[in-house]
Amino acid sequence: MDGEVTGTMLTARIRKERRSAGAASFLLDVSIEVPPGITILFGASGAGKSTLLDCVAGLTRPDQGRITAGSDVLFDSVRALHVLAPKRRIAYVFQTLALFPHLTAEENVAYGLRDLPEEGRRERVGEILNAFRVQSVRKQKPGEISGGERQRIALARSLVTEPRVLLLDEPLTGLDAALKAAIVDDLRAWNAAKGIPILYVTHSRDEVDALGERVIALDHGRVVSAGAPMEVLDAPRRKKLAQAAGFENLLNATVLDLRESDGVMRVRLGESACEIEVPLGYAAVGTRVEVAVRAGDILLATERPRGLSARNIIEGRILSLEQRGTMVIARVDFGVTFVVHVTPGAVRALELAPDRRVWLVLKTHSCHLVD
Amino acid sequence: MEALWLSLKLAACVAAILLAIGMPVAYWLAYSSWRGKFLLESVVALPLVLPPTVLGFYALVAMGPRGPLGKFWIALFGHGLAFTFGGLILASVLYSFPFAVQPLVASFEGVDRRLLDASAVLGAGTLRTFWRIILPLSLPGVVTAAVLSFAHTLGEFGVVLMVGGNLAGVTRTVSIDIYDHVQSLEYGAANRMALVLLVISFVVLSVVYAVNRRVWTPWTAK
Repeated sequence: MDGEVTGTMLTARIRKERRSAGAASFLLDVSIEVPPGITILFGASGAGKSTLLDCVAGLTRPDQGRITAGSDVLFDSVRALHVLAPKRRIAYVFQTLALFPHLTAEENVAYGLRDLPEEGRRERVGEILNAFRVQSVRKQKPGEISGGERQRIALARSLVTEPRVLLLDEPLTGLDAALKAAIVDDLRAWNAAKGIPILYVTHSRDEVDALGERVIALDHGRVVSAGAPMEVLDAPRRKKLAQAAGFENLLNATVLDLRESDGVMRVRLGESACEIEVPLGYAAVGTRVEVAVRAGDILLATERPRGLSARNIIEGRILSLEQRGTMVIARVDFGVTFVVHVTPGAVRALELAPDRRVWLVLKTHSCHLVD
Repeated sequence: MEALWLSLKLAACVAAILLAIGMPVAYWLAYSSWRGKFLLESVVALPLVLPPTVLGFYALVAMGPRGPLGKFWIALFGHGLAFTFGGLILASVLYSFPFAVQPLVASFEGVDRRLLDASAVLGAGTLRTFWRIILPLSLPGVVTAAVLSFAHTLGEFGVVLMVGGNLAGVTRTVSIDIYDHVQSLEYGAANRMALVLLVISFVVLSVVYAVNRRVWTPWTAK
């Protein structure tokens, strides 16, 4: 085993088909590169994030592909090479943390250190418990300590083994923001010295902003974009990501004019006469763009509203109302059909019904441009 | 009392052997993803539905001097297996097999898979994961398996009668002894032995239920 970990790069090219009885088969087909530092793996649940981590850790065998950490090949389907999980030196903090319930915090942390002599082991465990500020609970079992302490113990248990890659599967879910920030700071401080690639799975925007140096966005088993957080996530640049992030309305539009000083442009929706104002994008007059709008970002009014800051007010007609749980899905025709989410209370108060005339109110910045 | 001592000795031997054999079998049943697994599951459960006489009959045939097992045994030790204490142990192991394996499978399956994954990424191989994680977390299942196979062996009758016959000090267990006493109209003696068996069975089952009452499910964060 080499002690040299600084500068290691993790690369993974993975193809893995998952068949489960009754459900549609799922295909993970990705190629990623993870340099030292924190890389966020972002995507909705079911996007394949955990399967990807399981493949990298060696818990799941990919159908095809190649996984390397630095100069070591961990998996290569061509050479039928599959290094088993215990031999990979890849640490993995699971979403459920998977602390051993029958062992104390200290025993949990020492679990991966059995090759060390007793004395060295105790020293290393003591050091990392101090670094993660959980020295005081070392004799307690996971069931007896707080959620934040459990998360710190799980991190310590993984990091104490001096891994060459660290995989984190939503390790901080359920913690309040301050505690989260504190743990992230500890993690950053630890990695400043080690410089290993950390692949951090989350679907929380807060965590992306707090942690992210790089983001890889995953959807339906594919990488849909990768880069700095602002580029990947702020405006949905790809159709796939827009859908994954929950945009119910995806509309074709033609750019009519650009108002650069205002940072907006006017577009015409589809073949209709309906014109709206959207944020300025990289587009020329006459080109076609796609506009994504969340159904929950749209307001409906039964009279023409006045004195609003919203720039887009369009007249239309309700096509249908459909109650889904505590939410009503309205389809409204404005020349193009919009899906709008309203509450049952709003439907009663406004006496919304099919064929009713309504006005749609839409803020410019609720319209997102899609590549 | 000789019969009681014999029964207890038999039950203890059978329980020990069953734990040793049952654990690898249960491990395989709990974690294998082989499609034909149901076949082995059915074989393991067979003694639950077969009349003891059927099981005893086949065991006797196999152990007899012309059966495959009997021939093997004679070649090895110079005497047959039927109507001996060894034969009794073998037949009882078969008969009580599901009582050991099924609680083990259930408790192995109850261990959170992610704990096994965690153990693996921390560098532990299959054997270390079994000893350090699976076994301690399955302790109630192991106790249940041991106690149930002990108790079940203690109470068996048909198989013992078929394979062991009724040789005092060799194969005459408590249940056979009671049957003997009743046949000879010695109700007093039968009653004493029956009562002893009843009390032991009750104590043993109480232990099983008390152990399972303990809340020791694997803890997971949620």
